[in-house]
Amino acid sequence: MSVYLLRRLIQAALVMLAMSVIVFVGVYAIGDPVEILISPDADQFERARAIAALGLDKPLYEQYFSFLGNALRGDLGRSFVFNEPALQLIGQRAPATLELAFGATILAILVGLPLGLYAGLRPNGAGAKAIMAGSILGFSLPTFWVGLMLIMVFAVQLGWLPSTGRGETAEFLGMRWSFLTWDGLRHMAMPALNLALFKISLVIRLTRAGVRETMLMDYVKFARAKGLSPQRVIGVHVFKNILIPVVTVVGLELGSTIAFSVVTESVFAWPGMGKLIIDSINVLDRPVIVAYLMSIVLMFIIINLVVDLLYSVLDPRVRLESKG
Amino acid sequence: MSATTAGAAPAAKAPRVETPFRRFVSEFFESKIATGALVVLVAIVLVAIFAPLISPQNPYDLAQLDIMDGRLEPGSRNGDDTMTYWLGTDDQGRDMLSGIMYGLRISLIVGAGSAIAAAVVGASLGMLAAYAGGRTDTIIMRLVDLQLSFPTILSALMILAFLGKGIMNVVIALIVVEWAYYARTVRGTALVERRREYIEAAQCLALPTRRIIFRHLLPNCMPPLIVVGTIQIARAIALEATLSFLGLGVPITEPSLGLLIANGYEYMLSGKYWISFYPGIALLITIVSINLVGDHLRDVLNPRLKK
Repeated sequence: MSVYLLRRLIQAALVMLAMSVIVFVGVYAIGDPVEILISPDADQFERARAIAALGLDKPLYEQYFSFLGNALRGDLGRSFVFNEPALQLIGQRAPATLELAFGATILAILVGLPLGLYAGLRPNGAGAKAIMAGSILGFSLPTFWVGLMLIMVFAVQLGWLPSTGRGETAEFLGMRWSFLTWDGLRHMAMPALNLALFKISLVIRLTRAGVRETMLMDYVKFARAKGLSPQRVIGVHVFKNILIPVVTVVGLELGSTIAFSVVTESVFAWPGMGKLIIDSINVLDRPVIVAYLMSIVLMFIIINLVVDLLYSVLDPRVRLESKG
Repeated sequence: MSATTAGAAPAAKAPRVETPFRRFVSEFFESKIATGALVVLVAIVLVAIFAPLISPQNPYDLAQLDIMDGRLEPGSRNGDDTMTYWLGTDDQGRDMLSGIMYGLRISLIVGAGSAIAAAVVGASLGMLAAYAGGRTDTIIMRLVDLQLSFPTILSALMILAFLGKGIMNVVIALIVVEWAYYARTVRGTALVERRREYIEAAQCLALPTRRIIFRHLLPNCMPPLIVVGTIQIARAIALEATLSFLGLGVPITEPSLGLLIANGYEYMLSGKYWISFYPGIALLITIVSINLVGDHLRDVLNPRLKK
């Protein structure tokens, strides 16, 4: 297990290093922030001073090494626009995105699992067919358009929910969170649902496929033959076994949920990291772009690692294989 | 030359004989939903192709737009009482119906173009990986794994952050995002196919490798490639719309469906729903019909699902 863990950690570090090169070269070698950040009226002397202040005059590899060294110390440069440390900016916006992503994940499980279970147990019923048709829609509908439609129906026509912003926040662990206040929850409802739609469909499909597969297994037949109640057979024997793929996928999807929240945040003007990155791309605020991409990549690597480890806990076969 | 005639012979022999292609066609049309989706899709493509001929207005020709007609409701007449805005107008007085027809063109060109380019890149690399094996295979597949472990939107954002906005950069982003799907699919099929007798026979004939890959291996890897390609076109269209909506895609002068929807966003809050609603419906119908056709193609082309 520890060898396995070590190997995975080294792998993760290598991927991180590779991504840092890609991101750095991509962002710093292409595009010219001097044009954007320095006023065109500035004379040559002012220009040169500004370039030196931003560290843009050094050769690329030197910029990279100072970037890497600073990154390891948690310093990813200062935002050209906000003149604040980029990582701090990301950190300020992170709670909004994280609570949105977790809200969406919880919603996906709460809605997706029961629907998938139902569709899997009665695969030929009208209800199951409706659920599956709905899940196809959930995959096909572009997120941003669904978001707009949600706003149109629930905010403009019915006036039930607020359309934009985070609402009232409360402080917890030194950060501002929306899910702790009623007003915040109301603001969160639509974005979270919007972000969850794709994953609800995914969970439905996975659960249904899992249920249909496990119902035919010998151990389910045996449990039934023993005279266990259907609730127990489904709740324990079937449920435990379908949870493995669902946990893996939902876990892995957490990262992509955070990435895709870019779209939802833009629709609902949710002040998270996603909105920040779009704004930063628009003004070529490179330190913020780099900081965002690096934090997301790091998060991805960590999520992959955790899911792998969780997997080995849930599924004894993986554990045994890695030992051997 | 002889190989080509031999390959084409069964199809040309007699018109009524059941060929694989004819069986495929008849199986495809067995499904009413897929047939309907295909009809809708063909109609959409025709509308996009012939947009300049059938649209009531040229939405890119600013001389034809009347700012006084801005944000009119669906069904309104224009100021000169010469035409009806069936789907309303946007903030610049552009007829939404015409805007949607032209927007479809851009969405379809970007979607299909990037999907085809990605298919060429991905299929070549996948084929190479399967045929060469060894280290080449490992390197290519590691790249595929890396690419697929990141969500599409993140890769696309990264590339647009590097390259800046613009339609060509969106196409590049879509190709980078999509090639891995093709590479993985083709490699999987090619690995199975290359152990078949006909490849062995071709190798025994000492045919050049390039010929074996492109004339023997590739045609037999086509079915899964077509399925993936269809689904990827839908995904590409959706992703392009998303990027354009975020303001990172096509320029404002020639809006795709995504940008049309984005333009209507601010007016939606004041109840002027049609500027965003109808382009969204067009986008939705396009994506769903492509997905339905693709789904059914997979069922028909997958030998494992044969009864």
